[in-house]
Order: sequence, then C-alpha cells, then structure tokens
Amino acid sequence: MKISVRGVSVWGPGLAGWAQAQACLQGRAEWADQAQIPPPAAALAPNERRRSGPVTRLAIAVAEEACALAGVKPSGLSVVFASANGDGGVIDGILKALSEPGGEVSPTQFHNSVHNAPAGYWTIGHGSIASATALGCYDWSFGLGLLKAVSEAVVEQHPVLFVAYDQPIPGPVGTVRVTKASFACALVLDPDLSQQAIAQLTLCYDPQSTERADMPAHDGLRALAVGNPAARSLSLLTCLAQSRNGSVKVACQPGQLKVEVSPC
Amino acid sequence: MKPLVISAGTAISALGLGVAPTRVALQQRRSGLVPCNFAGVAQGYMGRVVGVENHKLPEPLQQFDCRNNRLADMALNTDGFSQAVAQARAYYGPTRIAVIMGTSTSGILSTEQAYAKRDVEHGTMPPGFDQQHTQDLFSLPTYVAAALGLEGPCLTVSNACASSSHAFLDAWHWIEAGVCDAVVVGGADSLCGMTLRGFGALGLVDEYPTRPGDAQRHGISIGEAAGFALLERPGVRPLVQAVWYQALLLGCGASSDGHHMSAPDPQGRGAVAAMQQALTRSGLKPADIGYINLHGTGSLANDAMEDRAVYTVFGDKVPCASTKGWTGHTLGASGILEAMMCSITLQDGLLPGGLNITQLDPTFKAQVMTRNTTAPVRYVMSNAFGFGGTNCSLVLGAAQ
Repeated sequence: MKISVRGVSVWGPGLAGWAQAQACLQGRAEWADQAQIPPPAAALAPNERRRSGPVTRLAIAVAEEACALAGVKPSGLSVVFASANGDGGVIDGILKALSEPGGEVSPTQFHNSVHNAPAGYWTIGHGSIASATALGCYDWSFGLGLLKAVSEAVVEQHPVLFVAYDQPIPGPVGTVRVTKASFACALVLDPDLSQQAIAQLTLCYDPQSTERADMPAHDGLRALAVGNPAARSLSLLTCLAQSRNGSVKVACQPGQLKVEVSPC
Repeated sequence: MKPLVISAGTAISALGLGVAPTRVALQQRRSGLVPCNFAGVAQGYMGRVVGVENHKLPEPLQQFDCRNNRLADMALNTDGFSQAVAQARAYYGPTRIAVIMGTSTSGILSTEQAYAKRDVEHGTMPPGFDQQHTQDLFSLPTYVAAALGLEGPCLTVSNACASSSHAFLDAWHWIEAGVCDAVVVGGADSLCGMTLRGFGALGLVDEYPTRPGDAQRHGISIGEAAGFALLERPGVRPLVQAVWYQALLLGCGASSDGHHMSAPDPQGRGAVAAMQQALTRSGLKPADIGYINLHGTGSLANDAMEDRAVYTVFGDKVPCASTKGWTGHTLGASGILEAMMCSITLQDGLLPGGLNITQLDPTFKAQVMTRNTTAPVRYVMSNAFGFGGTNCSLVLGAAQ
C-alpha cells in the first residue's frame, strides 16, 4: 500500500509540536526529558472543553497541528484514533466510586469513559459527521492503528487523520499497567499521491516476521518508546523529521508493519 | 463495494446459545429479560447469559479468564463456529485470517472485583491481577485468535455501542486492501458494575423491561452478548451450510454525529449519513430493503432520532423494529448479535415486531412494527449508534 503523509504532529516529553520536535529528531537541538502541557483544545466549545479531560486535550492537540500542516479542513476528514489505555483517570475514578458504599458513578465520567470519547470530542468540536474509529490494541496500538488507517484510506480513497495517544494510568491499575509519560502523534494520510506531501510511505504487513522492531537510537527517546504505546511511532517520526529515505519496522500483534519512507 | 460472504456466524445472549434458541424466542415473542440483580445493582431489568459463571476457558488460556472472555469462548463453541473457522484456516492458512473484535468494556468486571480488594494504603492492586489479559481492550481479539489458532493481525475497535457493527467495516478495509483473506469479526460485552451504574446515573435505565418504540419508553435494559462472523470473499472456496448462519455483507456505512457525547443529534444527520452510505455501497435502493433491525435502545432520544432518520431515508414503506426487548441492549456486542437476528429474518422471512409496546409512539412516522409478520425478505439493514456520536449501518443479504 502506498500513501502520502501530508501533515504530522507529535507531543510528548521534550517534544512540543512538530517544528520543535523536528529539530530534536534531526539532532539539531538537544532533547530534554521534560513534560510538555499541550495547548487547550481551541476547537471545543467551553462546555466540551470543561467536560473533556487531559487525554482528549492531548489527542486533539496533535490532530489540530497535523491538519494545519497538511492544510486540510478537519470537518470532512475521517479519523482513526488509537490508544491502549484510553482515559485511565476516568476509569480509575469510576472504579473508585464503584468500590465505595452506594457505588454512585458520575454521569459525566461515565460518558467520558467510552474509548471513543476523544474522537467524539474531535467530531463535536469540528461539527464533523465523517467516520471516526477508536482502536485499542495494547502495545501495538500504533502499528495496528496505522495498518487500519492506511487500509481505510486506500480502500475508501479518502484522506484519513490517524492519531495515536496514551497517558499514564493513575491509581492502582497504573501500578500494574505502567505507562511512563504522555505521548501523542498524528499523521494526515492521503491515498492521492499527487497531493503536496512531506513523504510517501509504502507499507507491507508481515504477520510472520520475527525481526526486532525499530527503536530510536537515542537512549532517552528509546526509553520513551518503550514506556508508551503511542511513542512506538518515534522511529518513523525520526525518519520523517530527517527527510531521508528509510525503512522502519513497526511492531504489530502478531508480526510487523514494514514502512518504506521516501521524502517528497 | 464488492460483497463479502459471512460463511459462518453465531451469537449468544439472554435468549440462549446460537441460532436455534434465538429463532424460537423471536417466533414465540419470548423475552430473555429478568429483574436485574448483578454487581449489587437491583434497578431495572437485564439480559443475562446463563452459565457464564461455570464456564471454563481451555487450560492453556487460563490467564485470559474473565467474564467477557468466557462469554466469547461460549460463543466460539456455539453452532460449530470454531469448526467452521478451522476449515477456513486449513484453506487460507492461519496467518491470512485476521481477528477484529468490538467491545466497549472488555473484562472490566475483573478489575472492579480486584479494585474492591486493593491495598488502599499503598494504592496497589491485589497480587495476581492481570490487566493485559482481562481488562485491556486487546484481551478479546488476542484470546479469540489464540483459541482459534489464528495468526493474522488482531484489532479491537471500541466505538461504544456501535463497536461490533463497526468491526465489519474495518474487516472490509483489511480484506479489500489485501492485508488478509478472511476475518473473524465479532465482539463481546458482558455485565459489569460500570455500565449498570453508569447508565443508571444518566437516568437511561427503564425500571420495566425495555420498551423500544413505546410512547412511555423510559430507557434501556442492559444485556450481555458475544458473537462472531467469518467474513471472506465469495466464491473463493466451496462453502458448506451447517447449523451456523450464513449471509452476505453487501454494504456498510459509518459516520459521526458531531453533536454531543451522550445524546444523539435529534436531527439524525449522522444516522442518515451512515444508512445512506451503506445503501449506496450495496448498490440497492431504499425500497429494496425488506426490514430494518433498528438500534432501538428504548431511550426517549435514541428512538425518536432513529425514527426521524429512518423516515428521511426510507419513508414509511419499510418495516422496522428493535429486538432489544428480547435481549436488552448488549452495548458493543449488539451489532454482531443483531447480524444473527437479521440472518434469521433473511432465512425465515420472519420480521420481528418490537416487544413490550403498549402504545407505539404517536409521533413516529416510519413503519415501526409491534407484531411479528412473515414476508420474503432479500435485503435487511442493521443499525447501531453509540456514545461519542458514533453510527454504523450494515446491509445484509441472503446467502446464495
């Protein structure tokens, strides 16, 4: 499958949007392991902004930037949102409430607990009636999400905004399912290869591959990739940032997705 | 779109295990709903699957043990579904069959039970709690792939109550893109405190058995279900008919409301778009559809919106009804369960009319049925909508 990357964004420790992240990933700037607070979700009306949590804010921040860089209008764009943990804070709040006498659950927390809440807020913010798919594939959410997003784009012949995001789970569950830092990335993928783009990707899924998936060479970034499912994107993002030809192996379950990158 | 064949399918719910008991319950208009007494909740009614507590997963897969995976495993053992997949696996090879599952809450009940035993002082879960193989959304397809001996790509789609309908669309993408030759599509959602309490907190649970379409309807009854469909290209290998159901997937459409997190757009803009997209892809006209299995949750807002949307697309000429009076709202599993209901409609010409309706909502304009009728049906539509404003419609046809 061939696809154009028309827009890209990343937000995580030491990576505050594409321009700054690009400099780090190119090696022109020193990467610093510092938490970055994403900008408020400007697309949301005040009510929705208040009701939605930090996970939604993170996902929407990268989605907005990738669309802006691609120069595409978000309102008509199909989206694929992939996250292993979803909103761990909301789930923890509900679990805590359920374990107390009476077990009263907050209605707002409950509707925010659905895995497609960030995708839902995105479509509400932009008044979009386009399809929004929410995926949860544990440590393989980035690879399998990308495989689904590219397949949709190629089969339906329309651009797809792919967003991968994950945050640490607070509370007791987070001591078992450890996610080290907040991280999100977004790609605007277009099957129309004639459009102006950052790079073209050629993807090939191999269910039987036992090769090791690529991880960033930089120690800090590698630790980030190990500690957050969405940050498994970092090798591909590095290749895109450096505008170089390359081949990146992304882990799936089972197997892996081999991505050939050709800068435009 | 090029049609795909459901070469084998099954589902389990409060009506029983598989096609046969579901068919009888539909014919006899016998609901599976009982007063709710689950996870400390005694409000309203529920659709509970009998026997989950005593079901055991195969020994090598014990780490996946949770109510949701037990439900899935019971469905795998129903209507010869596992055997049907084994035949496909022998033909295509295990790496060419994907597993795409829809679930909204996966095995969260296990986490609820473990959370109650947590170490409050240190903020830790009790020893032995396995988040990855129970609570995590990816537990379900990982389990199903392992139980069926499949080695193709796995995916969990979690679009709230449209999850397992959406899985059909995602399966179409992967088959059409050449990622795989066949997909085990399906889903499971099981009773848990989170959904029983959560829908209760939103005032969306009817104190009586759910009455979709009734003028006095007052919410949902929550149910649990699991089901599967083996989806592949028609004509690739010879198919045998057995106890499982067969049908054709002719069209599918997905959309968003872009309106509100937990209330549907009263105009039904997104629902109309999903139905029209599914129709367009099937190459059929509205008049070709012989029956619509409505999302029909029994909530005031959903049923009013859906009636308006159905009337916009189909007028008042196409019979439609919800089957949730039988099973309750099985949330993310409703799509795969109702795909089986649709296949029974296609096979038997049985058009179920809504249960528990004393007086049909007088504002409705679509042809919502309150009694069973029989008529030959070639094509049906199935709707599923969910929180976050997510919509999915499927068009199914009789297997050839």
